[in-house]
Amino acid sequence: MTLPDLFFYLYSGVCVAAATMVIVSRNPVHAVLFLILVFVNAAGLFMLMGAEFLAMILIIVYVGAVAVLFLFVIMMLDIDFKQLREGFFEYLPFGLLIGVIFLAELLLLAGGWVISPTLTKTITAPIPDNMGNTQALGMVLYTRYIHYFQISGLILLVAMIGAIVLTMRHRVSVKRQNIAAQNARNPATAMEVRKVASGQGLQDADAAEWVQ
Amino acid sequence: MAEFWTSYLWPLLVVIGQSLLLLVLLLITIAYILLADRKIWAAVQIRRGPNVVGPWGLLQSFADLLKFVFKEPMIPSGANKGVFLLAPLVSCVLALAAWAVIPVNAGWVIADINVGVLYILAVSSLSVYGIIMAGWSSNSKYPFLAALRSAAQMVSYEVSIGFVIICVLLCVGSLNLTAVVEAQNTKWGLLGWYWLPLFPVFVIFYVSALAETNRPPFDLVEAESELVAGFMVEYASTPYLLFMLGEYVAITTMCAMGAILFLGGWLPPVPYAPFTWVPGIIWFMLKGFFMFFLFAMAKAIVPRYRYDQLMRLGWKVFLPLSLVMVVLVAGVLQFAGLAPQ
Repeated sequence: MTLPDLFFYLYSGVCVAAATMVIVSRNPVHAVLFLILVFVNAAGLFMLMGAEFLAMILIIVYVGAVAVLFLFVIMMLDIDFKQLREGFFEYLPFGLLIGVIFLAELLLLAGGWVISPTLTKTITAPIPDNMGNTQALGMVLYTRYIHYFQISGLILLVAMIGAIVLTMRHRVSVKRQNIAAQNARNPATAMEVRKVASGQGLQDADAAEWVQ
Repeated sequence: MAEFWTSYLWPLLVVIGQSLLLLVLLLITIAYILLADRKIWAAVQIRRGPNVVGPWGLLQSFADLLKFVFKEPMIPSGANKGVFLLAPLVSCVLALAAWAVIPVNAGWVIADINVGVLYILAVSSLSVYGIIMAGWSSNSKYPFLAALRSAAQMVSYEVSIGFVIICVLLCVGSLNLTAVVEAQNTKWGLLGWYWLPLFPVFVIFYVSALAETNRPPFDLVEAESELVAGFMVEYASTPYLLFMLGEYVAITTMCAMGAILFLGGWLPPVPYAPFTWVPGIIWFMLKGFFMFFLFAMAKAIVPRYRYDQLMRLGWKVFLPLSLVMVVLVAGVLQFAGLAPQ
């Protein structure tokens, strides 16, 4: 057994164990933390295959951003565990049915198909020997598949704008800071200098208002 | 057996040795950086700072270390024990892991990987988890609120740091940190380093690094007037020490990143003798300390930001500004024919 093999079994073993814990653990926050462990180990597997760029992007995007938001939402939930477990046996047969269907499909797929041994020779854009896979990915993405790349970017932009439009509410009652207005203030517009006579104070209406 | 020794065991021992050496040096540096932080702060406020333990207070950090270690670690009864104890470990180990790819001199790096910059980004994006886990598992109001604040802050400023790094990478043409330094090796010395041509980006990097490491004026995580001591209220003794250590390791990482990306890493400021006789690691450390001095001065002279101001600065000022800089740098490089091949 070579060192990469050893690491493969380490990463995939932890991956499978953590994935099991995601569905088994009772506390949803623990489940998300195990999900993050799965992501990190999957990144390790990518690294073993020589796809270092994908490994890092997986950690930055999924673990660093998506899972953080996920954890945020789950932490905020006020979960009543008693209520969650209510009706467990009621839903059991249906759940089992779906589980069995999925398992059968997976087994059929895994048992009925064999990956062709010549598959690796049919790759349309193999990584050239003289560059790393980050550079090779960029070369393919920005030349050959530039239109698909741009279109997916546009779709994401539209999705982002859509999400913002759907969730943005402009509440009128909230006090907001207007930085430009604040910076535009100068002594002439911001304050008033008065001469206060000794023993008399300010007499006019403005001053009375100000004192209140 | 001989093959096993030369191909597996010996490299493993070498890596362990290098890591231990780096770790020890890093921890000693941090002990004195902590002291320097307090001394600079004190000097700005015309105080003396710590001056009792050892000559000029030089042993203060070690006294603090002993104090933390000998106290009793306390775990609140309502806390989620496993996650509670895992959180400080996560934040400390991840902060230390970033140093694996940082080159301190030409060829002096534990892992000289092709995607070094991405690795740093990945590890620093993971460090949010230490804070969220601590805040949630403490099962208490203040830590929870502080963890939410801090996580939002770190995620926001990571975006602009990412774009800043992209600007530098556009000029370098590689994701390898050693290549980043080598690309700044010109005959103009310190005028050829990226701080000058990319000065606005350097400023954005500096401010974002302050926010990313939760340093003042962005230390809203532990704003004691509002949140007692942030996400680590419930921690005591060694677990607290690990948080503190993780924070300062993250600060040194950011200083090293600043030195590598903008200040030419281990390159001498004037590329002629006698400056070239000085070992590269000395220059690297001097640049790192210069970055830290900037950090410490910001702590001493700038008042704390309000939370909405912090978010505004991150999303409405730095994000568009750094995006524009990416477009500008890419355009100039492309049309002036300066782009690396």
